[in-house]
Amino acid sequence: MELNLFIRSIFIDNMVFAFFFGMCSYIAVSKSVKTALGLGAAVTFVQVMTVPLNYLIYTYLLKPGALAWCGYENVDLSFLTFIVFIATIAAFVQLVEMIVEKFSPTLYSQLGIFLPLIAVNCAIMGGSLFMQQKVDAAEMTTVWQSIIYGLGSGLGWWLAIVMMAAIREKTNYSHIPAALKGPGIAFIITGLMGIAFMIFSGIQL
Amino acid sequence: MSNKNLKYLTGPFSANNPVIVQILGICSALAVTVKLEPAIVMALSVTAVTAFSNLVMSLLRNGIPSRIRIIVQLVVIATLVILVDQVLKAYVYDVSKQLSVYVGLIITNCIVMGRVEAFALGNSPWASFLDGIGNGLGYGLILVIVAFFRELFGSGTLFGFRIIPESWYLAEGGFYSNNGLMLFPPMALIIVGCIIWAHRSKNKDLQEK
Repeated sequence: MELNLFIRSIFIDNMVFAFFFGMCSYIAVSKSVKTALGLGAAVTFVQVMTVPLNYLIYTYLLKPGALAWCGYENVDLSFLTFIVFIATIAAFVQLVEMIVEKFSPTLYSQLGIFLPLIAVNCAIMGGSLFMQQKVDAAEMTTVWQSIIYGLGSGLGWWLAIVMMAAIREKTNYSHIPAALKGPGIAFIITGLMGIAFMIFSGIQL
Repeated sequence: MSNKNLKYLTGPFSANNPVIVQILGICSALAVTVKLEPAIVMALSVTAVTAFSNLVMSLLRNGIPSRIRIIVQLVVIATLVILVDQVLKAYVYDVSKQLSVYVGLIITNCIVMGRVEAFALGNSPWASFLDGIGNGLGYGLILVIVAFFRELFGSGTLFGFRIIPESWYLAEGGFYSNNGLMLFPPMALIIVGCIIWAHRSKNKDLQEK
């Protein structure tokens, strides 16, 4: 069950190739492998922390009937999901930024520019929203599963952006029509990579 | 409307298009384009959110310390998106089901944040509002073009109406069959790539060296 969720979230439900999450930074930051590695690591870290956090908030505070533990069975706060999720993510990113700046200036200078951007990376918000869907469909029932899902989807995004950066470094030496250079060819390459990733779609573990 | 204001409104259609020139807001742009109807609903939702978040942030721009502006923007945008989500659920429930998580993702849609950061914080409310409408519609334009090709070739319909006659299909003894690949995510990316290609062939100043 957990292994299936893990493999699914990396390859089959890949954030980039199956759902287009985080495409903006994916296209913008995939020009060199080194920066792609840094951003991918940061996204994976934030993802693996915020998905379980939002899972706890959703199950114990927002879900219909979630407030039963303090005596309010009929309260349904699920319409607040968006604003609470984004607030958690933004606050967490801010916190990570401050901690990293304080304790590891080297890492901060490597990641510094990317950290604030992560708050508005659709992959992070998308991960939390898919977690909410899975909870509603009763597919995800423990915190452990939400950690696995966060890790898997983060790693999937990391894998995608590093592969893309590697290919783009190579295409610098290719003869591409002038109008297709830059984002144009990046979109088409991503599309072709997405078709390649479709071969994983039948896998069941 | 003065010439300058008109430019804010029409610039984003082509020369300054948010999707194919600024490369913003692609996340949600592609996933909702399997059919035309959800694409148009999505485009209108994004237009509303962009326009009103630009307006609100432009009104507040002199009262917010720049250190906390990101969180204020997120709160304003998230509130607007919740409103849009509730309206969609109330009036077009089926489409809202199809859009699923992508409505929530308008919050992190880079167009909304990008326009607030780049435009609304430095311009008057009316100009910002027009800029928001223009960018929302420019985004919608690309969505409609992509959805047109995907629905026509993937399902043979437009807005759910059959365009390619039933009698053409192999099952009915004809010669035609739908291109199932069009319904999968990768084709949306390839279509956008081709739109960029066509657009930059016309606008040579946008081409990268």
